[in-house]
Amino acid sequence: MDVEILSRIQFAFTIAFHYIYPPLSIGLGLIMVIMESLYLRTGNKEYETLARFWTRIFALTFGIGVATGIVMEFEFGTNWATYSRYVGDVFGSALAAEGIFAFALESGFLGVLLFGWDRVKPWVHWVATLGVFLGSMFSAVWIVIANSWQQTPAGFHIVGEGMEARAEITDFWEMAFNPSSVDRLIHTWQGAFLAGAFLVLSVHAYYLRKGRYIDISKKAFKIALVVATIFSLAQLVSGHSSANGVAVNQPAKLAAFEGHFEKEAPAPMYLFGWVDKSSQTVTGISIPGGLSYLLHYEFDAPVTGLNAFPEEDRPSQINAVFQFYHIMISIGMFLIALTIAGCVQWYRGKLFESRRLLWVFSFAVILPQIANQVGWYAAEMGRQPWVVYGLLRTSDALSKSVTANQVLFSLILFFIVYTILLLLFLYLLTKKIKHGPYDEDEGNDRPFQKEVATSFSPDK
Amino acid sequence: METLFGLDYPTLWFLVVGGLFSGYAILDGFDFGAGAWHLFFKKEKSRRLALNAIGPVWDGNEVWLVIGGGALFAGFPVMYATLLSGMYVPFMLFLLVIIMRAVSIEFRSKEPMLWWRKMWDISYSVSSILLPFFLGVVLGNVLLGMPIGEGFEYEGEGFLSFLNPYAVMVGISTLALMMSHGAIYLLLKTEGRMYAKLTFLLKKGMIFFMVSFGITSLYTLIYIPHLSDTFRDSPVLFVVPLAVLLCIANVPRLANKKQFGKAFIFSSITISLLLIIVAIELYPNLLFSTLDPAHTITVYNAASSEKSLGIMLTFAAIGTPLVLGYTAFVYFTFRGKVRIDDHSY
Repeated sequence: MDVEILSRIQFAFTIAFHYIYPPLSIGLGLIMVIMESLYLRTGNKEYETLARFWTRIFALTFGIGVATGIVMEFEFGTNWATYSRYVGDVFGSALAAEGIFAFALESGFLGVLLFGWDRVKPWVHWVATLGVFLGSMFSAVWIVIANSWQQTPAGFHIVGEGMEARAEITDFWEMAFNPSSVDRLIHTWQGAFLAGAFLVLSVHAYYLRKGRYIDISKKAFKIALVVATIFSLAQLVSGHSSANGVAVNQPAKLAAFEGHFEKEAPAPMYLFGWVDKSSQTVTGISIPGGLSYLLHYEFDAPVTGLNAFPEEDRPSQINAVFQFYHIMISIGMFLIALTIAGCVQWYRGKLFESRRLLWVFSFAVILPQIANQVGWYAAEMGRQPWVVYGLLRTSDALSKSVTANQVLFSLILFFIVYTILLLLFLYLLTKKIKHGPYDEDEGNDRPFQKEVATSFSPDK
Repeated sequence: METLFGLDYPTLWFLVVGGLFSGYAILDGFDFGAGAWHLFFKKEKSRRLALNAIGPVWDGNEVWLVIGGGALFAGFPVMYATLLSGMYVPFMLFLLVIIMRAVSIEFRSKEPMLWWRKMWDISYSVSSILLPFFLGVVLGNVLLGMPIGEGFEYEGEGFLSFLNPYAVMVGISTLALMMSHGAIYLLLKTEGRMYAKLTFLLKKGMIFFMVSFGITSLYTLIYIPHLSDTFRDSPVLFVVPLAVLLCIANVPRLANKKQFGKAFIFSSITISLLLIIVAIELYPNLLFSTLDPAHTITVYNAASSEKSLGIMLTFAAIGTPLVLGYTAFVYFTFRGKVRIDDHSY
């Protein structure tokens, strides 16, 4: 295999793995802020217990998120040196802003959030939790801005020619608010809220099914259900707006989403299907004129197809892009149905009576994760063959001095280390869940609990 | 060219990046150092105390690496790209080891089994030793210069070419410096038996540092003349190395008087002064080309546009007080000796 494919696999693997964790941190952050706010308002200790419990799980996701995130920052330079030189002037500033404004806020308050429960007043702790949550939200802002600039570059000009060419920033706000950044940011945030909310729903549905921690779990379940319902529905609106933006700014990508080859009217929208690239056909079930209607509010409006672009300027893996996009949408629809079903049961006063519903909620945790992953696969593979849309090709963006053997070596190491990491994460997550929300009998910490290193202290 | 306080933007950004790296070396330096000593503590309780001494702050310390890396990428993309792609293998190892270390800290105390804790103790300590070593190796290569050719591309050969004797020496000195620094931090945070043991370990650490630092300095003066050019041209700059020597000598003096707070400050000043020497030696170069001086990367040919640097200098001006504010808040909340409670590692 050559350097290009190995570097792409490595980047995809490391970013996909990383992206399991930040959405959970953002989503759990929101829920923890709600729980602590309720505790401050009502003084009900149960909310504090819940907040403490979820903080422990948050710590786990956050720790892995940071460790795998540092890798991402350096991988631009190690594997994509030409890209880094090309975009540094523009992309670098967004990345630097992320570090200074977001990540510092997050990590600064994290110590107080995790270890400060008994050291600071409840409202100070609430401020720390809010600080960590806002920090994680701002992180998403800058990272999504940087990525959106790759999708829809704006606020820059190109200096130099050929291999010396590079983008220079001309207008910071135009760069930050490039045509796709707001839509994509909202979509990303909401996806993260869903990831967090469904984890909370899943764990407390599990407790309810087992008849453990009933009162506290009902409270947590309701909080998370409200969050999940609001954002499942909102995701439909933001997804629609996002797709419209793609149609305008990256028509080749939208055409790949729907496996749409010829500029035809009316253009169908597939519920599911299979794209055969060679015969340029899609086999599946579709709503005739659906895509035309969605984009232009007319069933017979023409939609630009893939054939409008030269072969070398459009994504090559069309079926994969199509599948990822459709899996994301199907999951989104299912989550709407599920959360509404939950709300109806709640309204009827029977939320916790159906074991089957709780069972579905227990397992639904995996769905927002899959949707977040495949959504990004569709977005990034749909952008190919460009790394910066229309400006720089992925194949031109590599590090010229790095050899295939080096990348293979690091890829294998990443694969081993990340596999261990995932297994440990799942093991510890399960353990924390099994242990439950009360921290009384933390067995392993028992011998040293509350112990203070005493005896003489000469250094005073 | 636009200037501020009489300095042009690339030079200012060079100072910003340098400041961030110093902050990183001082802060993550003490937790690397603390980790490097980990296996010297034999008792479970001591190990937990050592781990929890850095518990609430190590994550915040790593932020400085993220910001420093971002600042290098944003301000000097050419340097960032060439250095990281040229030093591919050491950086990849660095990243993997940084993950292993984070994982070890997080997971070590989660299970009571002896083999579990032993396994993570070893991986925590080994990774804490390797990280400052790798950083030093990279610094050594930067000081030495690298084979940079046309288009600022690295043209070196070989999987392990980064492990040249000079870089290894700088790596060892960095490790030794961090170990002394970390021992002083732990002394501030512990009491009793552990404290007594650490005063003994600190002495060994300081001897280790002075020997390795002496060898590295001599090596630099004799074999890498291009680094001392600046000093020969303006002898007034010799004040800085002199100040370093005084600071280094001051640390054991203060340690003997058990004034570890002051010793920590002087140890931190030593780290920043050493990096200031590096900065003086390099500036205006960032990475010397051993193939052709025309391909040497400088703050000018590596820099982003003035527009971009101007934006980022504004960010730095707004952001720095905020970052210092959160950092001060966390260190204030967790001031004093370590206590182990139910939230500890």
